[in-house]
Amino acid sequence: MKIVIIGNGISGITAARWIRKLSDHEITVISGESDYFYSRTALMYIYMGHMRKKDTQPYENWFWEKNRIHLIRAWVENIDFNHKTLQLKKAIQVNKTKPAPPKEIKYDKLIIATGSSPNKFGWPGQDLEGVRGLYSLQDLGYMERHSKNLKRAVIVGGGLIGIEMAEMFHSRNIPVTFLVREKSYWNNVLPLEESNMINQHIIENHIDLKLNTELKEIIDDGTGKVAAIITTEGEKIECGYVGLTAGVHPNISFLKNTDLEIGRGIKVNEYLETNIKDVYAIGDCAEQKNPLEGRRAIEAIWYTGRMMGETVAYNICDKKIKYNPGIWFNSAKFFEIEYQVYGNIQANPPEHHESIYWEHSEGNKSIRIVFDKNTSETLGFNLMGIRYRHELCEKWIREKTNIEEVLQNLGAANFDPEFYTQYENDLIDIYNQKTGKNISLKKRRSFNNFFKIFSK
Amino acid sequence: MNQDNHSFSLANPNPSHLNLGQKISIAVGMLGIFLILITWGGLTLPRPDIFLSITIFMMMAGSIGFGYFSYKNKIPGIKNNNVWFDSFMNRGTWGWVFGIVLTALYIFLYWAPQYLGKASGDAANTGLVALFDPLSYLLKGQKASEWFVYGTLYTVAVLGMGVKYILKYRHNRYQIVRTLSVMFFQLGFAFLLPEFLMAMKEPYYDFKNMWPLNFYFFQDWSLDSMLADSSKLGWLMLTSGFLMMFLISPILTYFYGKRWYCSWVCGCGGLAETAGDPFRHLSDKSLFAWKLERWIIYSVLVFVTITSVALIYSYSYNRQGKIMATPQDVALIVIGLMLLGIILIWALKKYTQVFTKKMLIIVTSILGFIALMSALTFVTGSSNVFIIDTYQLKFWYGLFISQAFAGVIGVGFYPLLGNRVWCRFGCPMAAILGIQQKFFSRFRITTNGGQCISCGNCSTYCEMGIDVRAYAQKGQDIVRSSCVGCGVCAAVCPRGVLRLENGSTDITERTKQLRTIHVTEDEIKIL
Ligand SMILES: Cc1cc2nc3c(=O)[nH]c(=O)nc-3n(C[C@H](O)[C@H](O)[C@H](O)COP(=O)(O)OP(=O)(O)OC[C@H]3O[C@@H](n4cnc5c(N)ncnc54)[C@H](O)[C@@H]3O)c2cc1C
Ligand code: SF4
Ligand code: SF4
Repeated sequence: MKIVIIGNGISGITAARWIRKLSDHEITVISGESDYFYSRTALMYIYMGHMRKKDTQPYENWFWEKNRIHLIRAWVENIDFNHKTLQLKKAIQVNKTKPAPPKEIKYDKLIIATGSSPNKFGWPGQDLEGVRGLYSLQDLGYMERHSKNLKRAVIVGGGLIGIEMAEMFHSRNIPVTFLVREKSYWNNVLPLEESNMINQHIIENHIDLKLNTELKEIIDDGTGKVAAIITTEGEKIECGYVGLTAGVHPNISFLKNTDLEIGRGIKVNEYLETNIKDVYAIGDCAEQKNPLEGRRAIEAIWYTGRMMGETVAYNICDKKIKYNPGIWFNSAKFFEIEYQVYGNIQANPPEHHESIYWEHSEGNKSIRIVFDKNTSETLGFNLMGIRYRHELCEKWIREKTNIEEVLQNLGAANFDPEFYTQYENDLIDIYNQKTGKNISLKKRRSFNNFFKIFSK
Repeated sequence: MNQDNHSFSLANPNPSHLNLGQKISIAVGMLGIFLILITWGGLTLPRPDIFLSITIFMMMAGSIGFGYFSYKNKIPGIKNNNVWFDSFMNRGTWGWVFGIVLTALYIFLYWAPQYLGKASGDAANTGLVALFDPLSYLLKGQKASEWFVYGTLYTVAVLGMGVKYILKYRHNRYQIVRTLSVMFFQLGFAFLLPEFLMAMKEPYYDFKNMWPLNFYFFQDWSLDSMLADSSKLGWLMLTSGFLMMFLISPILTYFYGKRWYCSWVCGCGGLAETAGDPFRHLSDKSLFAWKLERWIIYSVLVFVTITSVALIYSYSYNRQGKIMATPQDVALIVIGLMLLGIILIWALKKYTQVFTKKMLIIVTSILGFIALMSALTFVTGSSNVFIIDTYQLKFWYGLFISQAFAGVIGVGFYPLLGNRVWCRFGCPMAAILGIQQKFFSRFRITTNGGQCISCGNCSTYCEMGIDVRAYAQKGQDIVRSSCVGCGVCAAVCPRGVLRLENGSTDITERTKQLRTIHVTEDEIKIL
């Protein structure tokens, strides 16, 4: 059987690896952006000089050949679902010793994993030179080329990519103005206190943070290049680059007007099948028809892409299984502050959510645990500047563990390096004050403690 | 298309401008180094006491000042911005210049110390070595040797760059404690204590060092000096040497992994972790390099073992009547030890799953070979165990391994191959500790569930060239013999995925591939 995968991002590549593990099918991966799989999440580190491009490639180049995963560098222009063929543009073999690939490729099963594209909301001037999102290596090259002699960059949109872009420019000593529509950074996801902490941290890093501010238009300098932007408040900010980071949307424009059922993304069922037989969609470009409870239909993050890749491989190799991403988790880093979240943490929690929150006096570390006021079940963990163990937090949430039991054993979830101060006692003090109880910490940080509780 | 393939790696169009403090610090440090270079060139300075103080002060002030002004206005955290854009750190021009100077220093040290100003006999030193006379007189009442110069510069580098490292990692307590530890052991155990011992007319001895890293332990002069009647502490050194090897080291390695030595105590490690830190990302992460590593390092281990057995035997042969053990005794002890080794690993193979058949065969043949040769010697009564003259063997080991490999390549090539080339490819001590770490230790690096984003920071900054990401992205714990437990992978990981741990349970289970798959086999069977 011949399996073709479009897109060599984490979803497509995970699918390819797992299909190879599970079967002997012929596997071809077609992708337009780069010869080899690289880690999109590491784009910022290339720009900042932490890594070279090749350091962001998780597998050495011989890996693909050895595992019989055939790589073609090309853009798929069109898919003929009736005849099961793809039309390619500018196709080249990644392995230069092989004969040039045909313009048309046949498949028995097709996996679409084409990722996302940055949003543009029809701002005047959004297509000027020096205005661009950050998603691909091409975008990064563009940003790099425009960084020379850059006096100021404006970043539009206060999400995860926006703050990464701010850090990138900052690493090159380029002044940044950061426009955030909301009244506090990422406050649709982060609870108030954490969101405030990040506001402070952004300002501490000398970023000109403008909250409650949106982009109205981008002004050109007469030659088609950006000269300044005007905010909704009417303020004019001169700049040589505008980064558009107001979210992403599934990258499926080349699939419009086909038989494929499309909403915002490619519609898939719980087996990641589309409406067309033998065609699957995974990763950022897939939209769940019936999302699991508490989950969104499109979750454009690394981890879900990886899990879908694995799931689709099982389905293709005749081991039917439903996509089940388990309990929500995510992580990020805001300049120097690491962020980890497990479970159900909401910016605007419902009435029955109760939370205990501890914050370091220096304002760069915090722990929040959310539990159900009525049942005392633990619902989620939100961490800033402190690391917790994924497996244990997940277990506690899954088993609806009582908050007091969690607090007593909380040290076992601590994943910070040796010699780091442990703050679990401070959190418990807050709980005791709040409830008038008198519980205390029984387990401190250690692998054995973790394992004892985890394997119970 | 061309622009799409932009390599991104060559230049930073926005060079990071050094601030005034950094510039002054560099100037001060360079001035200190300049004094070293002109005396190396042959100039003998008057008042070496004053000039030496100035030199050392300037080099220390330069490196500490550079660290201070680099990080003082920055928020504590990972400081790797622009690393790959800096010609000093990306094998650019400055990297090469520095590499060549360092290499030259080693070449002179080993093979032409007279050009550093070392005078033989009672003649007065000149040039660089003379510059260090005052300190040498102060510590042990003798004129300096080229090795004293080297030891002093080495210690200054560990201390000065150690402070810089601590400033760089001031948010990370593991890094701070570990660096203080290597600084302490370098200054106290490697530098001062041996000098004081010599002042007391005792043998030169570094108590934290152990065989096979201090290969000289079993050389004639060393054994002679420890066994000499005039030495009051010789027995302490001998006992300490054996205790370290057979008791202290295995126990500590069992509980904490080889890091207790390699990145907390060892002098080579100390230099690598402090002065070598700017070069850690230059290590080769390819699978090929890993294969090469295993071939080379275990060959060196075999080489040092054979040479040491030969040395001990020949020592007993040449000192017959003067020491208790006869050559026959030595041969028997060696045979016994080798057979014990063979039995041990066969037993381990039987009762645990840790060895593969291939490993078993290789180890058995090597140990068997040594035992056989000793048996033959026992019968023939020859003066050499391995046919080749023992002192030839010693000479070649010294030349190729101790000098060319550990010195010239190991440190001289820091800016080209990274800071742990010797530790990774050559050090026989690391080889032994590594075997223990891999098979008999509680140490491992654990991976935090599914949080890895495969970014590659961990692998890039692993000085031992371990592809940490390959494990982390599968949710697999890392148990690798070469890991020195520096903790930098865990520090640079932007998602908090890695942790160095000592845990008594579940180590084999957790190092299995794909421990944290999100689709379990069970689920598939249910459907
Ligand atoms: C700067 C940045 C930082 C991020 N950081 C994080 C993070 O820290 N954590 C996290 O969870 N997520 C992060 N994300 C999101 C994460 O990277 C994505 O969710 C993930 O990469 C999506 O993977 P994918 O395989 O679905 O798609 P992609 O990685 O987008 O791969 C799709 C591939 O398909 C190719 N392709 C598209 N159309 C065609 C076509 N017509 N023909 C041929 N090839 C085509 C594209 O060129 C691309 O290479 C980040 C994203 C960005 C941009
Ligand atoms: S794996 Fe991590 S701790 Fe071990 S040597 Fe490499 S960077 Fe250091
Ligand atoms: S373990 Fe951390 S540093 Fe290493 S690849 Fe994963 S996320 Fe990156």
